[in-house]
Amino acid sequence: MRAQPTLSVSEWKFQRSTTTKVAFFSRNFWDDRKCFPGPENDARQRKLKDRTSKAERRALQESQRAAKEAARASGNQTFFMPGMWEAGTNPYGSNEKKGVDKKPVDKSGEKDKKKEVVVPEKDKRKDAPAPRLQFDDEQKVAKARRRAIVEQTTETKHRVELFRHLPQFVPPTQLQALEEKYLQNDTMHIHPAVGLKYLTWDIVGGNARCVAMLEAFKEMIRDYTTPPQKVMSRDLTAKINSHVSFLSTCRPLSISMGNAIRSFKLKIGKLRDTLTEAEAKSSLVSHLETFAQEKIILADKEIVKHAVTKIIDGDVVLTHGFSCVVEMVLSHAHSIGKKFRVVVVDSRPRLEGRILLRSLLAQGLKCTYTHINAVTYIMQEVTKVFLGAASILANGTVYSRVGTAAAAMVAHGYRVPVMICCETYKFHERVQLDSICSNELGDPDALVGVAGRKEFRELVGWDESEHLRLLNLTYDATPADYVSMIITEHGMVPPTSVPVILREYRKEPIL
Amino acid sequence: MVAAAMPDLQAAVDDFVIKLKRRQVEGSLATAKSTVLLLRQVVSHQRIPSSGPASSLIDAVKSVGSRLIAANSMELAVGNMVRRVLHIIREEEATIVAAQVGVTPVSDSDDDADVDGVPGLSAVALAAANRTALRAPSLHNLLESLPTSAGANVEPVPESDTKSRSSDKNSKSWKLKHGVIDAIGLLLGEIENYHSEISEQALEHIHQNEVILTLGRSRSLLHFFREAKKKRSFQVFVAEGAPRYQGHKFAKELAAMELQTTVITDSAVFALISRVNMVIVGAHAVMANGGIVAPVGMHMVALAARRHAVPFVVLTGLHKLCPLYPHNPSVVLNELKSPSQVLDFGEMSDCLDGTDGSPVHVVNPMFDYVPPELISLFITDSGGHNPSYVYRLVAEIYSPEDH
Repeated sequence: MRAQPTLSVSEWKFQRSTTTKVAFFSRNFWDDRKCFPGPENDARQRKLKDRTSKAERRALQESQRAAKEAARASGNQTFFMPGMWEAGTNPYGSNEKKGVDKKPVDKSGEKDKKKEVVVPEKDKRKDAPAPRLQFDDEQKVAKARRRAIVEQTTETKHRVELFRHLPQFVPPTQLQALEEKYLQNDTMHIHPAVGLKYLTWDIVGGNARCVAMLEAFKEMIRDYTTPPQKVMSRDLTAKINSHVSFLSTCRPLSISMGNAIRSFKLKIGKLRDTLTEAEAKSSLVSHLETFAQEKIILADKEIVKHAVTKIIDGDVVLTHGFSCVVEMVLSHAHSIGKKFRVVVVDSRPRLEGRILLRSLLAQGLKCTYTHINAVTYIMQEVTKVFLGAASILANGTVYSRVGTAAAAMVAHGYRVPVMICCETYKFHERVQLDSICSNELGDPDALVGVAGRKEFRELVGWDESEHLRLLNLTYDATPADYVSMIITEHGMVPPTSVPVILREYRKEPIL
Repeated sequence: MVAAAMPDLQAAVDDFVIKLKRRQVEGSLATAKSTVLLLRQVVSHQRIPSSGPASSLIDAVKSVGSRLIAANSMELAVGNMVRRVLHIIREEEATIVAAQVGVTPVSDSDDDADVDGVPGLSAVALAAANRTALRAPSLHNLLESLPTSAGANVEPVPESDTKSRSSDKNSKSWKLKHGVIDAIGLLLGEIENYHSEISEQALEHIHQNEVILTLGRSRSLLHFFREAKKKRSFQVFVAEGAPRYQGHKFAKELAAMELQTTVITDSAVFALISRVNMVIVGAHAVMANGGIVAPVGMHMVALAARRHAVPFVVLTGLHKLCPLYPHNPSVVLNELKSPSQVLDFGEMSDCLDGTDGSPVHVVNPMFDYVPPELISLFITDSGGHNPSYVYRLVAEIYSPEDH
């Protein structure tokens, strides 16, 4: 029988390769998933800026200077200025601007300039370190330029104009060079594999990615030693920032990851100076453990408990794509003996529904499988709709895999209740009205071929035509009026209660 | 009667029926054209008896037509064309009657006296003339038309001269037959040229810098865009239209026309439609209540368009107009295709059986029904129409007896 959400973090499979000392993570029923959480860097960063006090920002600046000194001293270059990540640049904030940390790496999508240094419109004060860093070091500039060239070729050529403000999809091959640069730096020895797994979509799904990242952080903390003449909290924050930048280079962070990072950094910042290094490290590690345990695992258990009360005998439950929480709900309901059947609606190009289908069939559930086009046909026999979410925004909008909005809309049209299962740690204070302002662009080439059907070769060579573009969206925003109920670990709430939960249960953000 | 006639014709009919059954001929245009050509053959080969020429033609066409319709119930264009031809026959016959009534007013009263069987002939003939003149089915016409057509064949012929009567009758049959054949030729021309009629209206609807969304592929839409592209620049989002993925081909064709095209998945339609100015699609068939039968996924697009107040425009030729009303359309007006188009058997073969012998039920409908309240406009070769006007178009081109 499928494992219930009673696993603790340590029970998850954890493999470590001895040669490269990289750790990567896979969890039993999260293998092979493909969901794309969206880039939440902007909002997270914006919130960071608002939340960090002046003292903390000064601390950050000091750490930046210290790191610069260290870099210069050791002759080691890092591409990421600590604090660049923190600096409150707003990658996705406005319409035009996109994903710019002051590093000259990707996310300069909206700037067609050739220059490597992108100066964001936001905080000029925090901008200051970056340009200096750029031109300080000959090698760094050269590397940056090389990197910029890598970016340029993908940025302008096949861009859908409507999505100029989003970072264009950078295919993995182009990032190979980048990975090598990262790997040279030994503080990064943990992350590359995790990042690369994200890049190749091996770890997919808001919860899986977050947990994987937390595990990687734990490893990093355990192996961490404070360099001499440095304050642990600042140095650690700096390291975390660089790791996070690397991760987001591989693939924009999901909201769940962003929230977890926020809480972790806050914890680091709150470390008392009187603690010894060992104590501090263990406290951080336990924070990470608790976060994963409470916010994800136990929350999932609670959600399952609430949700199964909503499934009655004779129900026909529809779900879209693959959400691990919804799968848990359906498994649990089946295991306690409810008689119902499931309709799995799938959509291109990820076709994640197949994974759910396989797992449900293995448990003996009666399943119907169809494509998103036929959702109006199949909705006549459906009695309930359960959907998962990557995040729920403050105005009640559900930010989830593309296609969810269509399923919710059709369900609403047929008067079928729509229930969203989402942990509260994924909630976010941002608001969004449509799916264009913020999204994640996936690989356009994924649209070209059709899985399992070789005869569709029409779009091969699409990039030769200047008038043809392919758009592969990852997320979409479901309006709150399509949602009947949101099932969280705090109970079942209407979409209008999301800001209340954000305010009441997250007084200290994500702690 | 047909069976007794030309064996070549019979072979042609059988061949077409087989093609329809095996789905070797598909698509409303192709099937409509083939049907019309076949029926023209039927009409021209049909031996017309002097008494009741129209009814014999009608019977012949009906017998062939019912075979064709039964071969593929989803190709509504076949049934449409059969009914069009029947309507043509009836009309031609009514025209001839009216002409004769007009030519021989004296014989009217003679007939009244001479002929038994049909009382009040002049009134009836007048009704027939009315029908021809007004082309409007009024209750009077509807009630009288059938006996009229049966009676009028025989009656308004002066009995005084049998020879002239027979020659009149023969010429009448000859006139009827050839009138019908000419009209069928016109119908064929109309079917073949509906693209250009529709495209002429393109500039009225597409404006500069518009963003248009469509799903799947439509030939009339291709011509429509080509026409609009000459004067306006706009861009198109094409949803691929799984599981046939016609959208891919269509996007390539549009890009070849140097139109800015973006291919999106069907799941992204709701995400993008807030930035779209208009949704223009083609249909497989138009029902008499104004609803359309369209490739699967269209209903979802129409709902999204209504949510965002985006006009949903349907391009259609009159040959797609069907006089039937849809009852339970998703079942009756639908065809379920092979599940392998949706779910790859090879990859999923290990779990398709399911445990406890409950195999996976894979649903792959071919069509979607879009109700008329979601449709903003029909653009046809006779201009733009509201969905609520469709019943009127139906009344013009079909006879109620054939529905």
